[in-house]
Amino acid sequence: MTATDTHRSIEAIWRIESAQIIAGLARMLRDVGLAEELAQDALVTALEQWPQTGVPDNPGAWLMTTAKHRAIDRLRRRQLRERKHEEIARELESEQADAMPHFDAMLDDDIGDDLLRLIFTACHPALPAESRVALTLRLLGGLSTAEIARAFLQPEPTIAQRIVRAKRTLAEKQVPFEVPRGEELAERLDAVLGVIYLVFNEGYTATAGDDWMRPALCEEALQLGRILAGLMPRQAAVFGLLALMELQASRTHARSGPDGETIRLLEQNRARWDRLLI
Amino acid sequence: MRCIVIVKANRDTEAGVTPSTERLAAMGRFNEALVKAGVMLAGEGLHPSSRGVRVRFDGAQRNVIDGPFAESKELIAVFWLWQVKSMAEAIEWLKRAPFDDGAEVEIRPVFEAEDFGDKFTDALRAQEANLREQIGSRQ
Repeated sequence: MTATDTHRSIEAIWRIESAQIIAGLARMLRDVGLAEELAQDALVTALEQWPQTGVPDNPGAWLMTTAKHRAIDRLRRRQLRERKHEEIARELESEQADAMPHFDAMLDDDIGDDLLRLIFTACHPALPAESRVALTLRLLGGLSTAEIARAFLQPEPTIAQRIVRAKRTLAEKQVPFEVPRGEELAERLDAVLGVIYLVFNEGYTATAGDDWMRPALCEEALQLGRILAGLMPRQAAVFGLLALMELQASRTHARSGPDGETIRLLEQNRARWDRLLI
Repeated sequence: MRCIVIVKANRDTEAGVTPSTERLAAMGRFNEALVKAGVMLAGEGLHPSSRGVRVRFDGAQRNVIDGPFAESKELIAVFWLWQVKSMAEAIEWLKRAPFDDGAEVEIRPVFEAEDFGDKFTDALRAQEANLREQIGSRQ
């Protein structure tokens, strides 16, 4: 495998694993911002080592283990005296003592729960809408700051600032890393769906000739929608949004057609919503 | 991009041997991961070729040939349709699938409208979009 191949593999692995790693770390550390930093550190280590050593058999577990080591180091270095942190460090260490977790073991329900927590935290109402979008693409989509900036036609430092501020807000307001329950759930789910639809629309309104990253936002939103549908199979609203986006996406190439088609779209649209929501 | 992941037939699949519960459970876990990651769009397993037919086109004639078909390595036993960002991502996903020693699974990118360039005119694109819409509303 050449170095370029390895880099391409690492990129792909990152896209597959990053959200799970960040979500898992965030649960243990109770800090999404720190979790993301540590996951990034692990990625950097992989980029340094794997071209020489080759990609490990279980790259996801490798990244997770490396990130956990960093977490322990970080907690130690700060010499936090609070008992809570001590406990986390011990917890992490005892998990470390176990053998490398098998991929199957990483697929247990916890992963799904952690991912849901991550989605709801990234789309928390304490954050302004534009920050929710940036943070969601970064944490769940595994997009780099540069990619997000290109997609939204914004300078990279602006997006970087937005993400830093969002993480700080989450830490300062001590937003809990959890999935809301009861009545709050419906409201918060609306916020999540709103973010996904914003991402979709941003890509959908992009005209031909634009940077490819903008239309790619549609795919990103569809994937986020499918992830959410996979995690919350009983929420009809999730499937409603997913169906709407899929329908619109299927027409991407025909949008410039004559007016008659637009009317048909409205009819089809309603039929599809009904079918899924009933 | 979308890709089709093709699992080829072997003696067992052609003999109609259904997988063990363990195998089904392992595949179930893998599929669940695919769905939760928003990657899997569709996936189906196929009956042995003994239950299939081929239609041969010969001038005005149409000859129906009943299965089974001999070249089992060329036959398809299972397929998935995945949505991924790159072939590299599809490869990384496939590496995680619980297949036995000796299995060989193929990934093929699906043609998207862009791949056809100017040959795929606006009128044809509109027709295709309409057809997809009709299929979608019937599901």
